[in-house]
Amino acid sequence: MSTIATTPASATPGAASGSSDGRRPTARSRERFNWPATLVLLVCSLAVLVPLLVTINMSLKSDAQAVEGEAFALPAPLTFQAFVDAWQLTNFPRALAVSGFVTLLAVAGEIVISSLAAYAIVRNWDRRLFRWSFFYLLAAMFIPFPVVALPQVQLTGIIHLDTPLGVAILHIVFALAFNTMLFTAFLRAIPISLEESMRVDGATTWQVYWRLIFPLLGPMAATVGIFAFLGSWNDFMMPSLIISDPTLQTLPVLQNMFQTQFNNSYNIAFASYLMAMAPAIIVYLLAQRWVISGLTQGAVK
Amino acid sequence: MSTTTSTVADPSTGSADTTRKRGARRDSRSRSTRRVDPVYYLFLFPALAIFTLAITLPAVLGFAYSFTNSIGFGDWEFIGLRNYVAMFRDQGIVSAYLFTLGFALVTVVVVNVLAFILALGLTSRIRLQAALRTVFVLPMVISGIIIAFVFKFLFSTTLPSIGSALGIESLSSSILADESLAWIAIVVVTAWSTIPSTMLIYIAGLVTIPDEVYEAASIDGAGPAKRLWNITLPLVSGFIVINTILGFKNYLNAYDIVVGLTDGGPGTATRTVAMSIFKGFTGGDYGYQMANAFVFFLISIVIAVIQLSITRGKASFGA
Repeated sequence: MSTIATTPASATPGAASGSSDGRRPTARSRERFNWPATLVLLVCSLAVLVPLLVTINMSLKSDAQAVEGEAFALPAPLTFQAFVDAWQLTNFPRALAVSGFVTLLAVAGEIVISSLAAYAIVRNWDRRLFRWSFFYLLAAMFIPFPVVALPQVQLTGIIHLDTPLGVAILHIVFALAFNTMLFTAFLRAIPISLEESMRVDGATTWQVYWRLIFPLLGPMAATVGIFAFLGSWNDFMMPSLIISDPTLQTLPVLQNMFQTQFNNSYNIAFASYLMAMAPAIIVYLLAQRWVISGLTQGAVK
Repeated sequence: MSTTTSTVADPSTGSADTTRKRGARRDSRSRSTRRVDPVYYLFLFPALAIFTLAITLPAVLGFAYSFTNSIGFGDWEFIGLRNYVAMFRDQGIVSAYLFTLGFALVTVVVVNVLAFILALGLTSRIRLQAALRTVFVLPMVISGIIIAFVFKFLFSTTLPSIGSALGIESLSSSILADESLAWIAIVVVTAWSTIPSTMLIYIAGLVTIPDEVYEAASIDGAGPAKRLWNITLPLVSGFIVINTILGFKNYLNAYDIVVGLTDGGPGTATRTVAMSIFKGFTGGDYGYQMANAFVFFLISIVIAVIQLSITRGKASFGA
């Protein structure tokens, strides 16, 4: 468990503080645990767990039992029929493909486009064009989506990007400022001498980037990638406004159908919610360390 | 610690300062006359191109439309500042601004207090630390709209039945249907979903404080409350700043959770600015809502500037 706390320090050469290691010296770990705090936190964790357990509980009920809307009554009979129904109603395979397409494109695009731009900016900081480009990109942090949403909807409609592709591009653009900032901060910590020795051996700029810089960016790219994944997978606002063809909607937007058409089929609705959240929860449990260290890096930069 | 705090306080100008120094150093080495490898322009181009096409162009276009009576398509006329004047007399828009600002303010306070307490708990010497951390971060990875739908069920079905079973009058009907209470549900769900990220930033701050500082304070006779107030809080003030700024920016754009819970209702009691802007298409008042969007943009900027200027003093106090 101490690894979680120390990953931020070890993951980046730039943000190395090392002091987090001193928090739990091995000699002291045999000391008494704080039992009251543990107990209070366990009780508080119910606030997180109960809504999720209710979701699972409801999803396992039969149609007849679900209509009663009893959150805490256990399923009797226990059935997985709701998952089958939800799978068909939302056309889950297609929705999963659309959401997966948008998310993959956003993750790849955010990592590649921001890191390329950051590399060009850091290595040419003495040039006005690159310096100004950095501040130009940074300005996006102060433009919230609602401000430019209507013209974007209009423009994407005109150029036929009112599709999942258009949403992926917008996800990349709105994350551009923050990602470029993270990458530039990280790149400044990489000594230029590493690069110069490669250039002496005749490597081109592209080769330096691809063989040296990009691998070094690994930890930061993992961070950017995970947040790109979460942001893109869970977004409702942009796809609901941009994608005009309802058969090409993403998973979160499709859940809306249980508010309008099937609003008493709690079992099917909750089964569908679970299927929509599952990929993000699985990725989180597998990549927990990077999620947690990533956020803390973002804060320190 | 002092460098961390100042960078945290002001990410944009912080990095700008350091980079400017670096730039100056490069200049003094007279490297600015060197030839720039043309490949670098190619590296920079995709970012600049999509940014210009997807943000700058729509922003300029939208700003221009705010002076017209466009309905989103077809003919339009230039009508000067009439949209802006009408906006301030529009009860619906004024109340959307008041609701959004009030909601953002309350939520920032609630989220930061709870997240800080949780961070303190999770960094203390507790059992099951890893498992508890996993659980408390979980809401961060769940889509806001979906969690709003789950809570909508809990608020409109489960809570009333618990309320009437316990004989509590005020809980026996859905608080989502109550004009004066619906906002509480929105704050609760927004807090549920955004406490994890805020809490992680506080945890990052708390683990940078060395144990020796607390030990020294204990030897000098400082109790837990005094240690919290005089050591912990000043040392994490930079993290309080970043959380407040990020949180406020986030809550001003509230949309997903509100749509999922109340859809702006009952009536228009919980309509946010983002929701009123998006009505520009369905409501046929595109030009008018673009004026709204531009005013919203200005207000966001003013709030960010105010926060930065207040907190710059705070951060140096922390360091």
